[in-house]
Amino acid sequence: MKFAFYPGCVARGAGPELFDSAVAVMEKLGIEWVELTGASCTGAGVLQEKDQKLGDILNIRTLAMAEQLGLPVMTICSTCQGVMAQADRRIRRDADYLEEINGYLAEEGLSYSGNTTVKHLLWVLVEDIGVETLKKTFVKELSGVNLAPFYGCYIVRPSDALGFDENPERQTSLETVIEAVGGNVIDFPGKTACCGFPILLINQRNSLRMVANHTGTASELGADAMVTPCPLCHLNLDGYQPKARRQNKRGKADLPIIHLPQLLGLAMGIDSKTLGLGKHLVNTRDIVRKVDSISVAS
Amino acid sequence: MQAKLKVSRYDPETMGQGQQRWDEFELDVHPNATVLDALIQIREEVDGTLALRCACRASICGSCGMRVNGDAKLVCKSRIADVGEEGATIVVEPMGNQAVIKDLVVTLDTFFDKVRQVDPYLQPDSEPEQGEYVASDESMVNLLTAMNCIMCGACVSDCTVLEVDEAFIGPAALAKAWRFVEDPRDDQRDARLEELNDVEGGIWDCTRCFKCVEVCPKDVAPMDRIMEMRDMAIEAGNTNTSGYRHTESFNKSVKKHGRLDEARLAVESAGYTNVPRLIDLAEIGVKSVLKGKMPPIVPHKADEKEKITRIFEKVESERGS
Repeated sequence: MKFAFYPGCVARGAGPELFDSAVAVMEKLGIEWVELTGASCTGAGVLQEKDQKLGDILNIRTLAMAEQLGLPVMTICSTCQGVMAQADRRIRRDADYLEEINGYLAEEGLSYSGNTTVKHLLWVLVEDIGVETLKKTFVKELSGVNLAPFYGCYIVRPSDALGFDENPERQTSLETVIEAVGGNVIDFPGKTACCGFPILLINQRNSLRMVANHTGTASELGADAMVTPCPLCHLNLDGYQPKARRQNKRGKADLPIIHLPQLLGLAMGIDSKTLGLGKHLVNTRDIVRKVDSISVAS
Repeated sequence: MQAKLKVSRYDPETMGQGQQRWDEFELDVHPNATVLDALIQIREEVDGTLALRCACRASICGSCGMRVNGDAKLVCKSRIADVGEEGATIVVEPMGNQAVIKDLVVTLDTFFDKVRQVDPYLQPDSEPEQGEYVASDESMVNLLTAMNCIMCGACVSDCTVLEVDEAFIGPAALAKAWRFVEDPRDDQRDARLEELNDVEGGIWDCTRCFKCVEVCPKDVAPMDRIMEMRDMAIEAGNTNTSGYRHTESFNKSVKKHGRLDEARLAVESAGYTNVPRLIDLAEIGVKSVLKGKMPPIVPHKADEKEKITRIFEKVESERGS
């Protein structure tokens, strides 16, 4: 199983622990990958505010690069997944538009014909690898570990860009993975809501209220940690949680926020240093200890 | 066909504001029955005290907005067979972000207060020459998206910003504002954009979470309208917001490096003269560096950044900016 790997800006910038843990986990999963180092940022919806076509050109360029390699794209970022899927949907609905966009790519010898797909690692786990095979890569069962899912908006909406009709299992994929590692799913309505990150630099008060609500609710329901496939959510839920909790007086202690590959890595027995669990602003010591205390299955 | 419904109940005469009780019902319904059909059946055959609001039953009037399995919907447009797994309990609640009057009925006062806030009427500078304002079909067809709004409140119900900030004008009223900003007969376009740009809870407070796009039963896509107004407001010269600086900085970074430069984006969005915000960012920055995860001072770059810059330049020159 081989992918054109698109880690996204945050995994290559402010969240290096996501990249490192993903690479470690992909090796255990037997996923081969080649990184699209020449690809641009997706625009994250921000570029699209100003100029949707410009955003679409950049994302179709990325897809064309993968198509040239004959590989599907894999992301580890909910936002990248959604933004690329939205661009892909627009060109699939409008052949003239695709032709126009290909016009911008001709100079560098690229052209897209729609022969690739964009898939988040989360979807690869449940669709391409499958839960049973996935479980075989685990050496620990995280029973008794309470985990709250947090998807990130762009991997759940707009649903018509995300193939939910053909692949309904995508809508509960994070819960499926939490159950696969043996954890308890702490379900709460905020799991598909906004983390507040897009307005962090615009309206911090509102952004932090969202952080406090989600982490506070999950904590009150007994979560040991929250798991997210979105590094942008992670930046806000992890980095700004202490301040959010102070300002909004929610919860007794900070809730560790774990990247999806870190969760897989814990169940695979990969050490917490390789997974970068020491690089979070909310201390992950308690959850790491809890997992360390679980003996490796023989 | 059997249907199981779990319905949120609230009786203002016996319960305190914000309280809620759950009643469960099992009914035999027609295979094509909607959630509204089932609720009416409950009211007529099981419990006459169930309060709900509906009128046209054909998704035209916008009266029957409710949350079904967590998402705002018109219940008249939601077939029981389509809203969940066969035999699964369907959870019906009143819409969110609006006060409940009784059971499934919410007050629409806040909804309409926000619509009024955007002056939802034409404001031309002069009287028409011949008794009526004439606009070409081409200049009006664009407005159809927002004009399809039936004011059901579904988008307001599920808006993630309204959940934390009552001051946000919200998706429905902002889509309505867009409708007048774009109307060729209106002469207050720039004033409207300036107001929506400057006011607390205006266009820059949307998180772009797509909730309103997802739940709107009429494809108004309020979020897309809000994004268009951000660009229009900037084009009209409103450059005094951190939202503007955020967009510009993001563009500049991707254009130059092919990638996002998170550190610079944070500083430039705050503005170089916004000392309290910069101190706040420095605190997070120092903590991140101590944890070994701050992005390098020299931003990470795409291998083919020149090609990306070239695309930006080409599109920008075509746009004439």
